[in-house]
Amino acid sequence: MSALRTPTGGRIDRSRKLRFSFDGRSFDGFAGDTLASALLANGVHLVGRSFKYHRPRGILSAGSDEPNALVAVARDAARVTPNLRATQVELYSELRAESQNRFPSLGFDIGVINDVVSPLLPAGFYYKTFKWPAWAWQRLYEPAIRAAAGLGRAPTLPDPDRYISRFAHCDVLVIGAGPAGLAAALVAADAGARVILCDEQAECGGSLLAETAATIDGWPAGDWVATTLATLAANPRVRVLPRTTAFGYFAHNMVGLNERVTDHLAAPPADLPRERLWQVRAAEVVIATGALERPLVFPNNDRPGVMLADAGRTYLLRYGVVPGRRVVIATAHDAAYRAALDLHAAGIAVPLIADLRQTATGDWPEAARAAGIRVRTGAIIATTGGRRRVAWAGVAQPDGGTIEPVPCDALLMSGGWTPSVHLFSQSRGKLRFDAEAQAFLPNLSVERERSAGACRGVFGLTAALADGAAAGEAAAKAAGHGGARAPRMAVTAKAFGGGGLLGPAAGTAAKHAFVDFQNDVTAKDIGLATREGFRSIEHVKRYTTTGMATDQGKTSNMHALGIVAAALDVPLPQVGLTTFRMPYTPVTFGSFAALSRGDLFEPLRRTPLHAQAVAAGAVFEDVGAWKRARYFPRAGEDMHAAVARECVAVRSRAGLFDGSTLGKIEIVGADAAEFLNRMYVNAWSKLGVGRCRYGILCREDGFVADDGVIGRIAADRFHVTTTTGGAARVLALMEDYLQTEWPDLDVWLTSVTEQWAVIALQGPQARDILAPFVAGIDLARAAMPHMSVVEGQVCGIPARLFRVSFTGELGFEINVPADHGPAVWQALMATGAVTPYGTEAMHLLRAEKGYIIVGQETDGTATPDDAGVGWAVARSKRDFVGKRSLARASMAAPARKQLVGLLTEDPNLVLEEGAQLVDDPTQAPPMRLLGHVTSSYYSASLGHSIALAMLSGGRARHGARLFVPMPGGAIAVQVTAPVFYDPEGARLDA
Amino acid sequence: MQSFSILSLLRRAFGGHASWQPQWRDAAPKAAYDAVIIGGGGHGLGTAYYLASEYGMRNIAVLERGWIGGGNTGRNTTIIRSNYLFDESAALYDHALKLWEGLSRTLNYNVMYSPRGVMMLAHNVHDVQVFKRHVHANRANGVDNEWLSAEQARAFCPPLNISPDLRYPVLGAALQRRGGTARHDAVAWGYARAADALGVDIVQNCEVTGIDRGPDGAVTGVQTTRGAIRAPKVGIVAAGHTSVVMGMAGLRVPLESFPLQALVSEPVKPVFPCVVMSNTVHAYISQSDKGELVIGAGTDAFVSYSQRGGLHIPAHTLDAICELFPMFRRMRMLRNWGGIVDTTPDRSPIIAKTPVPGLYVNCGWGTGGFKATPGSAHVFAHTMAQDAPHPINAPFTLERFRDGQMIDEAAAAAVAH
Repeated sequence: MSALRTPTGGRIDRSRKLRFSFDGRSFDGFAGDTLASALLANGVHLVGRSFKYHRPRGILSAGSDEPNALVAVARDAARVTPNLRATQVELYSELRAESQNRFPSLGFDIGVINDVVSPLLPAGFYYKTFKWPAWAWQRLYEPAIRAAAGLGRAPTLPDPDRYISRFAHCDVLVIGAGPAGLAAALVAADAGARVILCDEQAECGGSLLAETAATIDGWPAGDWVATTLATLAANPRVRVLPRTTAFGYFAHNMVGLNERVTDHLAAPPADLPRERLWQVRAAEVVIATGALERPLVFPNNDRPGVMLADAGRTYLLRYGVVPGRRVVIATAHDAAYRAALDLHAAGIAVPLIADLRQTATGDWPEAARAAGIRVRTGAIIATTGGRRRVAWAGVAQPDGGTIEPVPCDALLMSGGWTPSVHLFSQSRGKLRFDAEAQAFLPNLSVERERSAGACRGVFGLTAALADGAAAGEAAAKAAGHGGARAPRMAVTAKAFGGGGLLGPAAGTAAKHAFVDFQNDVTAKDIGLATREGFRSIEHVKRYTTTGMATDQGKTSNMHALGIVAAALDVPLPQVGLTTFRMPYTPVTFGSFAALSRGDLFEPLRRTPLHAQAVAAGAVFEDVGAWKRARYFPRAGEDMHAAVARECVAVRSRAGLFDGSTLGKIEIVGADAAEFLNRMYVNAWSKLGVGRCRYGILCREDGFVADDGVIGRIAADRFHVTTTTGGAARVLALMEDYLQTEWPDLDVWLTSVTEQWAVIALQGPQARDILAPFVAGIDLARAAMPHMSVVEGQVCGIPARLFRVSFTGELGFEINVPADHGPAVWQALMATGAVTPYGTEAMHLLRAEKGYIIVGQETDGTATPDDAGVGWAVARSKRDFVGKRSLARASMAAPARKQLVGLLTEDPNLVLEEGAQLVDDPTQAPPMRLLGHVTSSYYSASLGHSIALAMLSGGRARHGARLFVPMPGGAIAVQVTAPVFYDPEGARLDA
Repeated sequence: MQSFSILSLLRRAFGGHASWQPQWRDAAPKAAYDAVIIGGGGHGLGTAYYLASEYGMRNIAVLERGWIGGGNTGRNTTIIRSNYLFDESAALYDHALKLWEGLSRTLNYNVMYSPRGVMMLAHNVHDVQVFKRHVHANRANGVDNEWLSAEQARAFCPPLNISPDLRYPVLGAALQRRGGTARHDAVAWGYARAADALGVDIVQNCEVTGIDRGPDGAVTGVQTTRGAIRAPKVGIVAAGHTSVVMGMAGLRVPLESFPLQALVSEPVKPVFPCVVMSNTVHAYISQSDKGELVIGAGTDAFVSYSQRGGLHIPAHTLDAICELFPMFRRMRMLRNWGGIVDTTPDRSPIIAKTPVPGLYVNCGWGTGGFKATPGSAHVFAHTMAQDAPHPINAPFTLERFRDGQMIDEAAAAAVAH
């Protein structure tokens, strides 16, 4: 195997060799490797190109904070995922990865021209230029910029994978399974709490996975992790979720978790989803998210081979990978000395530790010196050299002087540690800046959470374990499980403090000193932004794009703050902090969408008669969530022909229509009539039992909100119908008024939309066809006139039978319990005397009669009078919803749009719905628009086209000649009354 | 004002860009101005610019509680279009669109107005009727908007899924080719820089805490966290917090403030050529020049001044995105955020004088104010300078809610804005 592997050690499984490819080249790695560790083990440091300058970039980190090493992983043509961090991609057999944002190849990328001309491309250069000529931005400059920008390529085929969503509750959610999180989970679980423990990594353990020296309770760290996980696994109240990122902290202790279920598997089983989105509502949350090491800001700090110190150590100790054979260390913090010592112990040459600090004393520096490693304090890295990998580091004094070139093939750096306060901040907790730690730390909580360990500035293994245990105990207790006591763990480990450096060291040149590696933002860019007056950190971020890359500034934000604070000469906290937003790391769209796809995108509503419509060959349309039968074509018929036939059938014999989607609300109680008086514009007190009335409901603003027939079943019981789309809205509106305005009324509201199947039997023969099927109901005209309702039996089934019509013909609407709908439908169909008709014919039939459809004739700006139903308004009522608004002068303005009919001069010409009306078709735009066509059909019954329109001052224009301007020329129309068929209503009353 | 051009960029490149000056001064508030504008978003900064450039009012200030452009100007999904239904709205938004077309050159600042086309999808018969009504009204009003079949829609936007098997299949679309996007931050900064050059003070970190009125009831100035400022004219352009500021003058306004969310994906190479909106399934998407898919979500159901909403809101939007563009299912959400939108009962803005002499208000832009920024600022500047509305904003009064003269785009169209 590779000479870049240590002979032993690490958590890789050296017995399981895995073959993989990167940019088409084959390599070997081991089970337990990440793509990054496996590439490093093969000596591959150049893994990507930067966003703007296309500079060669290597692997910076060993975790989710990685800004550079972004790759695309392809399982097959459809399963392509761009922009994955190689440091998080777990190796599997035959994994195929590609580098991104380079052309033609990673090694030779012509985009590097941007680096050559980088003096022309400072922060925000695009705001200053590309303005001339006007057309060129969209057609010339923007396409070029867009092509250069972007990282990977989006998938091109539909994603075949599945995603699912789960909801969970627990007493204590522990986020992060490093030492603090493991201790917290252990103690909380011991106290009897239901615990969920999640960690973004494949293995739980956090920093302990690269801990070779320390012991806990006498165990080597790795063994303690294994024992602890075994204890947790044995506890039925505990759920441990590895590969699970807590990405968002929402109100009331709801935390979103993204679990990656199969991405690490060579052959994902078909029964597993790719990802699971958990929405966890936790009584208490312990945030144990650790801290992230900061790079150092110095010129050419972005060469492949330049790496975070602890990342280098992690590759060595956790993955058994030698990050370099000759490694220079640059640091502003003790932590890098530990890395130096571990490298040294592994036999790797460490020619120099360049420490920015003037003095370096204490356990770690002394240990390094004792090991014979050269330490130079007060030393900065002035530059680095090397083409595709760092070849030397130039070490200098801050005040200039000679640069000492130190040859190396890797440079490990540490600017100190930044506590991961992302989730705490998302929870709306308030941070404070701690000068000693040089970090923002959690201060005031808003949610029921507590931070533990390095994420709140408690560094060092001993302290982190104790802090985690205490947090676990406190969280369990707060959740009602007070039993446990945090154990005292005996730990052997040397500690670190906080501190470190924010921004570049004094004396460091700003050019090519990268702050945001992925977005190519240098210290110089940030300096420019402050010179140009961008003083808020939010402005600096937006102007330079620092912190806006896919790592969202995990390694860069604190440096940017430090640079701005220094440039403006203000204390760092005064610069402010950009808002931490979800998600902590990017989360797959599919994971949010989960099962909401296909028919489950929105639950489909089917009527009780759906199967009958399907059997009759219906074509359906979507109306809200409903599927409604639009028409029933016979062989060879298009919609037009089918609708014409259906209409003629209704007018000449009888048609059958599924009206089940109509909203239905049962209003019951001693004050039911009074309630309707207040809600609807009509008067209800005098409506007799067994009678129906067409009701209009307005909003407070006086405009028509809904309509429907309302039948009085008993003195204290009304059967209210609403429009299909309005059912839920009307019920909510009624409940709102009932509960907040009139709680004194003795009224109950019940939605019964789905309890009744509604079959409309319409046509001159309706009574005769229905007669054999009814019992206990007298259908005679005198006994059951138009607009009446009776209870009885239809086909032996208890029914409410309405004599109502939306067609202008003699008609009935049979309401039977939903399950019995099909039987009644089939019985009526079996007579052979009825023709099923759909919504399209229904629309046409009612338009012939001038009946409005709320939402088609009216659009939320029409009063009852506008819509031609002003007769329904009981103006003498003391009050009703909208009454005050209807009294405003503008509501009676003569120019208001009013419902009219239109006839085209060419009887065969059908106007387009939505077409506009003008009096002078020759005027130039903007034209004076008088109204618009709301409904338009060819009426087979009448032998000519008809249209309804809302027309300014329409009722005074009957007989006028107007025009409909169309692209092909104006169409002349005559304004008429809106009733085209049986205006006397003789057929209705038959 | 230092000129911005390729030449000035070249010249300063040789000096290491050391000689660039602040794009606007970090002004401290003076004791008195001829007018102050409360709210340093695009609408407020633009108002200051037009007051200074077209009405000669240069002794004025913009007061911003935080940092300019930090409210909805910097939080929206940057969609620009003008294909509104009613004459009043079409006139207002098309006025803005015409100003967008020349804004980069007017301001000497590249606001990256990109007329790549805005396509609104129809998913049911009702949508088709509504959109066709828009197309006809727009054509008569001289506003471009055309009807596309589903196949034409996919030709314009190749990632679009027009399968009839969709839960809500695409039946067609209305396309406004002049619609598109612009760079939101650049709008705020460009107006700030140009206004500053004309003498306008841009005062940041200056929260207004009170509105002063004289014995006759007229405005005399404002109280702020940086001291009292006298001004005979005060314009309130405070978006989601308008009702709070108006309350300081004792005025109640018909506004409700809701959290509205948006999100972006990780950046990818160009894959999405236009803007697509679907009000029926709640999906609003374009791709930024940086490569991020920019996706608008809906408002929460409850009023709030908190700039965050529930997870189910963006999740629902991603449901729709994944259905309409199933290849994006593997894309990843990079960043999600919220803003506070102020909505009126008719979902049209208020750009008007108020019952308090000297006090003016420009608010109620709801979920769609960005597109109107230049037009809104322009007519509001006219209103403040002349103490009378411009003909274009004359219908957008505060009193229309009392009098019933609504401009109800939402009710008319069932579309979000």
